[in-house]
Amino acid sequence: MWKNVFTPKKEIAKPLYTGAGITTFLLLLAIWSVLSYGGFVNPLFLPSPGQIVRTAVDMFQSGDILGDIGISFSRVALGFLLAALIGVPLGILMGTLRIVEGAFEPIIGFIRYMPASAFIPLFILWIGLGESEKMAVIFFGTFFQLTLMVMDVTKNVQTELIEVSYTLGANRFQLFSRVILPASLPGIVDTLRITFGWAWTYLVVAELVGASDGLGYMIMQASRFLKPDKVIIGIIIIGLLGLLMDLLFKAIYRASFSWMRKEGS
Amino acid sequence: MTTPKLVVDHVGKRFTTKNGQVVALEQTSFSVMEGEFVTILGPSGCGKSTLLRVVAGLEEPSSGHVYVDGKEIHGPGPDRGMVFQSYTLYPWLTVEDNITFGLQLRGISRKERREVAQHYLELIGLKGFEKHYPIQLSGGMKQRVAIARALANDPEILLMDEPFGALDAQTRAIMQEILLKVWEETKKTILFITHDVEESIFLGDSIYVMTARPGRLKKNIKVPLPRPRDYHYKNSPEFLALKQELLELIREESLKAVKP
Repeated sequence: MWKNVFTPKKEIAKPLYTGAGITTFLLLLAIWSVLSYGGFVNPLFLPSPGQIVRTAVDMFQSGDILGDIGISFSRVALGFLLAALIGVPLGILMGTLRIVEGAFEPIIGFIRYMPASAFIPLFILWIGLGESEKMAVIFFGTFFQLTLMVMDVTKNVQTELIEVSYTLGANRFQLFSRVILPASLPGIVDTLRITFGWAWTYLVVAELVGASDGLGYMIMQASRFLKPDKVIIGIIIIGLLGLLMDLLFKAIYRASFSWMRKEGS
Repeated sequence: MTTPKLVVDHVGKRFTTKNGQVVALEQTSFSVMEGEFVTILGPSGCGKSTLLRVVAGLEEPSSGHVYVDGKEIHGPGPDRGMVFQSYTLYPWLTVEDNITFGLQLRGISRKERREVAQHYLELIGLKGFEKHYPIQLSGGMKQRVAIARALANDPEILLMDEPFGALDAQTRAIMQEILLKVWEETKKTILFITHDVEESIFLGDSIYVMTARPGRLKKNIKVPLPRPRDYHYKNSPEFLALKQELLELIREESLKAVKP
């Protein structure tokens, strides 16, 4: 059971691996409990785990939180969808046609280092305080990275795979549709999974200004009225939603790309 | 005399690098007759792959011309099928769909494609593997499918760039026999690149030996072995004598490449 535990790069027993993960969670919970129940920290700054659970039950029973989740989810999803709809085709073109790469890589490489949150005042000036402004923040936070990552995925398509396709009679259009696209698809789905996770992290920033609902707004309000339990619950919900979407993408990946696994199905 | 299937006419290739021009291939001329199996033998880095890539149309020659059936080639095309050393099957397609990829590009019906696939699966001894994906195949099986894919497209000439170079010695020997069987049945014209002396003799009607970089054809040798061949010929006196001669030639060139 305990064999190889401290040998570099060696496989260890499965329960040991899973157990290590659970232990870390429990340890965190234990520290938290000692600090809060033990009275070491003012409950105004760090509420106890029990307090969190009670508040969460209240919030879900009153139902307000469900509306917040729904509205936040649609903001993240729409902003991200827009980024993907433009970023994926553009990334593919950048990865295959040098001229498109030459035209867009420098500007995208430049803009992606600009903080999305700093653009909020401009977004408000340009497109107002409505839903589009929130989507714009999500879009801005993910589009540039996503496009560059898709470009890299497409660039990594084996050169010989493209060359052999020419010798089989493929024209340029067929090369895109029958070779480059299917070859890059697993990498693209994986890129979408990772960047959708990032989209969630921009939610609070997006709902910082001019919002009257959503999880980010809820968190800001709770902070204003000194309700750390609500803040923590909001953060945990965002984390759980992100994790859930991650698992969903992984399931899609597994179901769509069975050809990547030796057992086939 | 009939016109040759493939004519390589004063083809040369230079690359421009940071340190100036590099001559990969000096002006080279040769021809391959219809149904002939020609091997090109050379030390590594001698430009033999460059030569094949120019014939395939994947590289522009710096000088000279390539003709297939008397027509000059410009760029790659389905008349010149190619098998690479690296595995180039489409991993997302089944064996059957890999083999008929070229046919599908031309809009051949599913029914006809299936028939063609069955024919070639039988030829390469992989019947029953039509629904497998490349990841489920061994290296030798992958290369057999790659050969079937190139042949199913019915090219005028089959170009092979060290297709068995990544396989272990035992598998390679078996692959050579399978390729000979396929060649005897299809009567395709084949241009085959290798650095393996035995392979060049066992497969070829005619061997071109190349010099170290810059590559040029040093010698053309007709292989005196009868057809059909099986692996027993690898121990015949004619085979061993030719092997000895070629080993000396290649050794000379390899030494040049090591200490210029």
